[in-house]
Formats: sequence, structure tokens, C-alpha cells
Amino acid sequence: MPAFGSFALLVALALSAYNLLAGGVALRQLATGARGVVAPERLAETARRAGIASFIATACAAFALVWAAFTNDFSVAYITEHSNRALPAAYKFAALWSGQEGSLLLWAFLLAAYGFVLRLRHRVDVKLFAYASTILAGIQVFFLLLVNFAATPFSLVPGGAIPPDGNGLNPLLQYPEMVIHPPMLYLGYVGFSVPFAFALGALMMRYPGEKWIHITRRWTMVTWLFLTCGIFLGMHWAYEVLGWGGYWGWDPVENASLMPWLTGTAFLHSVMMQEKRGMMKSWNVWLIFSTFMLSILGTLLTRSGLVSSVHAFAQSAIGTWFWVFLVIVLAVCIFVYILNRDHLRTEHKLESLVSRESSFAFNNLVLLAACFTVLWGTLFPVLSEYVQGNRVTVSAPFYNRVAVPIGVFLLFLTGIGPLLAWRSTSMRSIRKNFVVPGIVALFVAIAVIPLGVHPWTIFTTDHEGAFYAWMTFSLAGFVLTAISSEFLQGAKVIQRHTHLNLFASAVQLTRRNTRRYGGYIVHFGIVLIFIGISGQAFNQSIERTMSYKQSFNLGPYRVECLDYSQDSNPNYDTEFAMLNVYRGGHLVTKLAPELRFYTASQQPSTIVANHSTLAWDLYVIYAGKDPSTGQPVIKAFLNPLVSWIWIGLLVTIFGTGIALLPNMSAAIASQRRVTAPVEETAEAVPAGRAGD
Amino acid sequence: MRRITRFTLLPLLLVLGVFTMGSAATDARFSDMGHKLMCTCGCNQILLECDHIGCPNMGRESAELRTMVDRGDSDHLILTAFQDEYGPTALAAPWLTKFNIVAWVVPPLLLLLGLAGTFFLVKKWRLRVASMPEVPDDPLSRDLRERIRRETEI
Repeated sequence: MPAFGSFALLVALALSAYNLLAGGVALRQLATGARGVVAPERLAETARRAGIASFIATACAAFALVWAAFTNDFSVAYITEHSNRALPAAYKFAALWSGQEGSLLLWAFLLAAYGFVLRLRHRVDVKLFAYASTILAGIQVFFLLLVNFAATPFSLVPGGAIPPDGNGLNPLLQYPEMVIHPPMLYLGYVGFSVPFAFALGALMMRYPGEKWIHITRRWTMVTWLFLTCGIFLGMHWAYEVLGWGGYWGWDPVENASLMPWLTGTAFLHSVMMQEKRGMMKSWNVWLIFSTFMLSILGTLLTRSGLVSSVHAFAQSAIGTWFWVFLVIVLAVCIFVYILNRDHLRTEHKLESLVSRESSFAFNNLVLLAACFTVLWGTLFPVLSEYVQGNRVTVSAPFYNRVAVPIGVFLLFLTGIGPLLAWRSTSMRSIRKNFVVPGIVALFVAIAVIPLGVHPWTIFTTDHEGAFYAWMTFSLAGFVLTAISSEFLQGAKVIQRHTHLNLFASAVQLTRRNTRRYGGYIVHFGIVLIFIGISGQAFNQSIERTMSYKQSFNLGPYRVECLDYSQDSNPNYDTEFAMLNVYRGGHLVTKLAPELRFYTASQQPSTIVANHSTLAWDLYVIYAGKDPSTGQPVIKAFLNPLVSWIWIGLLVTIFGTGIALLPNMSAAIASQRRVTAPVEETAEAVPAGRAGD
Repeated sequence: MRRITRFTLLPLLLVLGVFTMGSAATDARFSDMGHKLMCTCGCNQILLECDHIGCPNMGRESAELRTMVDRGDSDHLILTAFQDEYGPTALAAPWLTKFNIVAWVVPPLLLLLGLAGTFFLVKKWRLRVASMPEVPDDPLSRDLRERIRRETEI
């Protein structure tokens, strides 16, 4: 199987290289009108088919590696390092992406899969798709070169002596979410290659109009959704597995995933200005170029050992490859942009500071500022070493002071953007739209103070958390009211014409303009996430050595030690404590935090016990044994509002799903008018307001 | 009698309050300072968040920090002591000194410059936009405007 896998990778490389070269030649001939031995159309078609075949070859290689894991083929060094016989089947599958070589193979496979779908759909616009396919082939060649020559997943064990068992999977990765988190994240990273390829292709061929944006809209949104899910699954994994009580540590690997997400989010917003008003064309092109390059830069940062990271594959020698690739991509982007920048001339200019366009512009600016802050914080240790001769650490305190205010400002813009009209907003409209959300924000600002949110602590201590949480809660009230009033106003108009109930009217309103109202639902989810993150300002923790029947209080809970013991199975040995949790004298749950010691990898891992409610999480870890007494050391955290982060993610996924659906067509609407005479007046209601 | 009780209880309560406040304040300060320092075992985590099982440094550094906090050392003294002992990477964020100021200043400065730039750009463009023609105020136009307003109300 290793030989088959290696061969498949070589074939994939050859096919992708052919796709790149033949596709490039064909497109050049089509652009200049030159004719070769083979007609350019036929040459382009052979290139497209080679691209499809390269997907099959890459899939075969990925299958070969998974097969090797399932059949315990320890002749493959990668399988020896990342699997073992006792490893459960799902984690053997996860071995594909648990190490450097496998994860690069996964990257190449997913890229080939995206390319496969793109090439099958080429009839939408043959020429544009040919450009995009050729550019994707170029990216694919890079990753296939990596897995063929720099980080080969099918290398055999040195010396040829096959070990009887493998070292096993990193215990931290033996968690159900790790079976889906990395593929989601990679689908996000890799997926941005597609809008990048379309944008670059459209610019190269001086594509007329904005149709390429319509074509790539779904690609971009799906990719953004994958990246969002990947980031949040990673957060949930960190929260449930790493056992430090938090979900985001501002580690370079986390930052690497956040940067393209921020620019991708900016692109999703600003691209609407190009569609609606023919504005910000250069900006959009550079946003998508940057998003793709940030995906590559993030990978470079975390795999080259340039910055320190808690993640496993921080130190490796493939950094140079990524540097070279990044420089080539940047050079190509600059070259193509300079050649064709006159094609990106804007059709309109901003006419008012108080308009939807301006809110998009400011939103983009703030998202980019957030992205720059993350990049700056990630790279500053390197810069410091270069300038001062010593490396400094840039961790949570820096981001809490610099990035959090930017995030709060972004939340503010999320609220006001939808309330503004395109081109210009009158004072009358501002008064009408802002009064109710403003009153709600004020009400929330006052109402949360008796609940313990004291913003004035920013002046009395050096803790700014409570102040930002107070700001966030107030702005959340503002944004949620603004979104709700948008739905309510629209639904009322539909209701007037259709006599449906308000909920059904809101559903129909959403179906008439899925993008606009799906977007609002996404904003709703983001606000819930902000609320959940704000709870962090009020975290409490306690650490106690506990004997039988001993207890401690944390917030409203009393935690009592019922028992502690140990156990073993073929995969790991475990120590655990049984804890009773009481609230108001009543038993609410039993928790059993564990400390596992994995036999194959000889590595320990904590298993967190978490009692989660909408108000807070009681998060308990088994921190070890007191060496003098042999009693368990229990560390407990009371983390308010964390559940809202995960609920917010679900709402965001739902909203993105809605936004991806096509609008209810005019045909269906007219059919309904025929079948339901009561809806005869519905034609007077336009399919959503003009703006998104 | 009531007055005596009041006079004896009040100082007692005050003393008790000061003592409990001191203990809670010390714990809070320990937690606060522990989140301004890094564990130096190479795990790249905040000192009090290090989940590295069997970490050789976390226990020792926490104990040192506890001693300094209990002794009443100032924040500056504690951070300097840790920096001197373990190097600048022991601090979770760079000091506001020399080149490190750049780390703190550049992101907000760029954001402010960006906001100001956008503001002035819009203002400049707005001056160039031709003014809209006067809206006629005849009954026909009024009816038309009213109808448009009604039909695009969503």
C-alpha cells in the first residue's frame, strides 16, 4: 500500500502539472488568438480532464494512508508515529491529519476535491472556469511537490525493521471532535483557494461585469462556514480537552485560523458593494488575495518554527517551501493587478458618511485592523528578536487590551449597518430606526449593573474586562433589537398582504430575500457569541486537595468529593474522582474528572468534567494527586455564559444555510397567488428591500 | 448598653472586614499577576493556565509568585523579578519600554489613521458629487412618491 500511495501522489503531481501547463498554454493562445498544433479549446479540455484525474489520484493516495492506518501497516513511518493497534477505529481515520505529512496530504486532497467540483461545473462559464482551474492546478502542484518530496507521508521506517506496534495518536487528539475539527478547518483554508482562483482569473481575463462574484458567492460562503465551524470546533476541543478552563489562548495556530476568517468576513461584506454599486473593486480583489495568502502565511508561521506554538508540528523544515510559494503568489498577484488595474475602476463613490456603503467601508476597516492586530501580535516576538536581540511574549493580556476594543467597535457597526440606507440616510430615518434599539441598549446597560457587571472597575482597578462586558451587553441589546425590528417591520408588511400569522410572514420574508435575512440571522449568532465571550470577564476558579466527603463552594455550587480511584484498559490507565455537585442543598449532578495515561504514547491527558447551563459552566479537572496524602487535587472553574458561544455558532450555521438558499422565485409567488386568492395583493410587496 | 455594643462591634467588624478583604484581595492579586506571567517550561501558556501535567516549572513559579504577593511586593517589582530570573519571555505581554511600545501603539494607531482616512476620503468624494435636481412639488409627483414609499416599505 505505501508503494501504491507514493505512486498515486506522483501521478497526481504529473496530472496537475499537465493541467497547469496545458491550461496555461491554451488560455494564452485563446487570449492572443494564436493557434498551435492542437486547438486551444481542445487543449484546455485535456487540461480540465487532467485536473479531474488528479483528484482521483490524490484520493487514492489519501485512501492508501487511511488503509495503512486501519491495517496497522507499521512499515510506514507516519503510521508508526501516529497510530497503534489499540487505537479506536475513528481515531485511526483521524491519523490522516494528526501529523505534518498527513495533514499536507489532506490539504492536497481537499484542494483536489474543490477543483474536481469546479471542473465538473465548467459549463457555467467555460473560459472563466478554465482560468480558475489552471490557477487551482498551480496551487495543487505546490502541495503535491511538498508531499512528494518534502514531507512524504509514505516514507518507510528507517532501517526496514518494522516495529510490532506504533507510538499511538497524541492523547490530546483522541477526542470525538478531533475527527471533524481539522477537516473543517482545512476545508475552510483550502476553500479560499477557489474564490482566489476566480478573482485572479477574472482579473487576468479582464472579465466584464460582476458575474464572477455571483459565481463565487456560494463558494465563498460555504468556505467561510467551514472555516467558522473549524475555528469553533477547535475552541470547543480546547475547552473540553486541554483542561485550562478556557477556549482561546491566542496561540499562533489559533491566530493563524482567525486571520483569514477576518479578511474573509470583510470580503463577504464588501463584495456586496461591488455587486450593488460597482464600488471597491480593487479592495475586494486584494481582500480575497490577502485571505488566500493569510491561509498560506498561517501555515508557514506555525509549521516553520518561526513562532512558538503549543501545537505539535511547530518545528519543521518545510518553511522555506512556503516562503517561496508565498513570494511567488504575491508576485503574481501584484503583476496581474498592475497590468489590469484600470479594469477595476470604481463606478460610484461614497456619497455620505451615514450610508450603508460607509458602514461597509468602516466594517471592512475594523475587520482589517483586527486582522492586523492578530498578525502583529503573532509576529512581534520575531520582530523584537530582530530589533532588540531578545524575544518577548505577546499573549492574552496584549490581545485583551488591543483586540477586544476593536471587537466591541465591530459589534457596534454590526448594529448600525443594517439600519442605514444605501447612498445616504436622512436624519428622519436615523431617528426612526435608532430610537428603539438605543432605548433597549440603555435599558440593558442599566439592568446588568445589579447583576454584577460594574463598568467603573476600569477606573478603580486595571481590569478592563467588566467594562468591555458591559459595553458588549449594551451593544448586544442594540443589535438584537435592530435585527428583530427589521424582521418585524418586513413581516408586518407581508402579513398585511397575505393575512398569514406573523411567524409565517417572517418565514416568507426570509425566503423572499434569503441573503439579506440569512445575513441578519448570522449577525444574531455573532451577537450571541460576543455575549458568551463577555462572560470570561467574570470567571472564577478554585484549587483544592480533597479527601472523602470534603467539599468547597464555587459560585452557587457546593462540590463534594464522593470517591476517588483508578482503572485501566488496553489504551490507557486512568485516575479519577467522583464528585457530587449541590446547588441550594439539592444534588444537581455528578462529575467525574479524569487523568489518563496513554500506554502507547506514554503521555498523560486530562479529561474535563463539565456541568454546563445557560448561565454558567462548572468546569472541573483532575489536576493530579497530592504526593504527601495521595488525595486528588481538584481544580474547578465557574465560567459564565460559555454555552452562548456554542448556541451562537449553531445560529450562525443556520443563518449561513439560509443565506445559501435561493430566493423564493417569482414563479412560486405567482403560483401561490393563483392557488390562494387571498394573496392577490402580494405582488405589491417586493422581494425584500432593495438592499442587502 | 446598646451604645457600648455598637462601639465594640463596629471596630471588630471593621477589623474583620479588613482582614477578609485582605485575604480575598491577595487571592485576586495572585490570580491577576499569574495571568500576566508565562509558564517557562516551553508550553507557551499563561502561568496559572498551564495544563502541562507534571510541569517542572509551574509549581515553583507559582510558589515564588505567591510569596511575593503575600510579601506585598508591587506589580512592577514582581514582574521585574520574573523577567530578571527567567528572561523577557516570562512576561505575558511586553513592557511599555523602548521598542516594545511599538507593539502597543501600532495597531490602534493604524485603525485611527484608517478611520480618519476613510472619513476624509468620503468628505472629499461627497464634495465632488453633483447635487440632486430639485424635486417637483406637484400633486402627481407627490402621489407617485407616496406610492413608491408605500410599495417599498419592507
